[in-house]
Amino acid sequence: MSQNEISEGFDGKKLRKVIAASSVGTLIEWYDFYIFGSLSVIIATKFFPSDNPTAAFLSTLATFAAGFVVRPFGALFFGRLGDLLGRKYTFLVTLLIMGFSTFAIGLIPSYSSIGFLAPILVLTLRLLQGLALGGEYGGAATYVAEHAEPNKRGLRTAWIQTTASLGLFISLLVILATKKSMSLEAFNDWGWRIPFLISIVMVGISYFIRKNMDESPLFAQAKHEGKIVANPLKESFGKKLNFKFVLLALFGATMGQGVVWYTGQFYALSFLQKVANIEFEQSNYIIAISLAAGTGFFIFFGWLSDKIGRKGIMLAGMLIAICTYRPIYQAMYELADVSLKTEKPNSRQERTDYHLIDGTVNLSKVTRTIYSYTDGTQLLEERTEKVSHLPSVQREKIVFKKTVHVGQHAFWMLILLVFVQVLYVTMVYGPIAAFLVEMFPTAIRYTSMSLPYHIGNGIFGGLLPAVATYLAAKANTANEVAAAAGQSLPYAKPYLEGLWYPIIIGGVCFVIGLLYINGKDREIND
Amino acid sequence: MNNIRRIAGAIWILLGIAAAYFLIVEQAIPLFAKGDMESLVPAIIYTFILSPIITGGMCVFGLYALQNEYEL
Repeated sequence: MSQNEISEGFDGKKLRKVIAASSVGTLIEWYDFYIFGSLSVIIATKFFPSDNPTAAFLSTLATFAAGFVVRPFGALFFGRLGDLLGRKYTFLVTLLIMGFSTFAIGLIPSYSSIGFLAPILVLTLRLLQGLALGGEYGGAATYVAEHAEPNKRGLRTAWIQTTASLGLFISLLVILATKKSMSLEAFNDWGWRIPFLISIVMVGISYFIRKNMDESPLFAQAKHEGKIVANPLKESFGKKLNFKFVLLALFGATMGQGVVWYTGQFYALSFLQKVANIEFEQSNYIIAISLAAGTGFFIFFGWLSDKIGRKGIMLAGMLIAICTYRPIYQAMYELADVSLKTEKPNSRQERTDYHLIDGTVNLSKVTRTIYSYTDGTQLLEERTEKVSHLPSVQREKIVFKKTVHVGQHAFWMLILLVFVQVLYVTMVYGPIAAFLVEMFPTAIRYTSMSLPYHIGNGIFGGLLPAVATYLAAKANTANEVAAAAGQSLPYAKPYLEGLWYPIIIGGVCFVIGLLYINGKDREIND
Repeated sequence: MNNIRRIAGAIWILLGIAAAYFLIVEQAIPLFAKGDMESLVPAIIYTFILSPIITGGMCVFGLYALQNEYEL
């Protein structure tokens, strides 16, 4: 039975059900994975007290291990199962593991109640989340692609591609709604558990929808014909014929896609908050609106890839991204740079408060100054210093904190600039599921496509914040050293130095993709 | 074009070696030198997880390219 015959036998309603069941489950998995990240500050205070070095160690392990290391292992473990037992049962298992882990995190008593057992349990459950996520994506993409009509594979799998952005979007919405429904104290005390606990309802619904679905027709056919391989791992990575395509998928596609994705969705937020000093709520609105506006383009570029090919769209997205990142981030920086704005006359407001520092006779003096600018931007500058009435106690170094609330024009311009980056994400990410599926035969597809996807995104993408911060910090230090020595500054714009990481990785990936990927073959070839 | 694909293989091997230098010498060794538990995790990950994947993968990819495995 050919893929055409399989698709002709499918009615549209059943295909929509396949796409919905797969997409909803994957969306819930992304939601589960992101709420941990979004609530990481509260989780750290509840489970990983910073004054305890072992707990801090476990916290770092939870961040690094789940994001970088465990996802590719999940891809290998569940990919193998998916190629041996079937797609449907495997991604049912990943859904249940993710749902159970997320729900259980919401139930764990805090460090103050059960001591070290609390961070160990959280770490274990976070690792299970990473494993489940590693197995989920490949299963969902493969399952949909193996049901889809050959000439609409890009369009059908693009629904799976929307789930990562929507999962982040929904996690932010649920957290904001929970926060707004109670006091800040109640949220910090117990309310933060609600986003974790409600996950079980969503997972339950998704489980029953998926449970009633049939196995993928291509896998069922391969199984019927005895074409299932005994050892998918050995077949995928031990044979040069397949392994060379795993490497090509990684270095010619997912590596660049990973850094474009992380730059557009995560580094943009970090840049707005930490470099441009835009306040927490406004920066989150900028990202959320841009994501909401851009998500439909995953479908568009998936559809377009069926018409004009996947390679051209993905590589065009990568090339435009790496050529425009620096001007885009420069513009973002300038939109929030108050030194380029005109201050309103007689509008400055200043207030000073004194707070007793716990357990001492010392006071902390907090001076808040609000500067207003003609374009509606406001800058809140906080100067905190420790003061004492005792002459023997020295004044501590003043701590400055700047928070910018940009005016309406700058706000919408920032949304536009982030939206452009989300467009790049949709160009590289929209067609990639269909592209990966078409690279590998049915017998090893789940295993072979999952690994490059999770290395490209988890490792090359996941490394972005650490490496970008390192590069920017290095440039800042070099400038400080030069300034202290009275020399000219080596970096004119140190805040843009972090962008060299996605530019170089994306550039290498673009060249490899351009040279080595065959853009014409779009058949699932067994 | 296939000649360019083959010759570029040497560049990918060199890039893989450069990645190992960056990850181990620039990143991991300073973190190991700090000695605290928090720095130990990324240092171990850079050395024993990322370097083998990135360097090994890039070098094997370059080798395959040199052997004309990606001829179109």
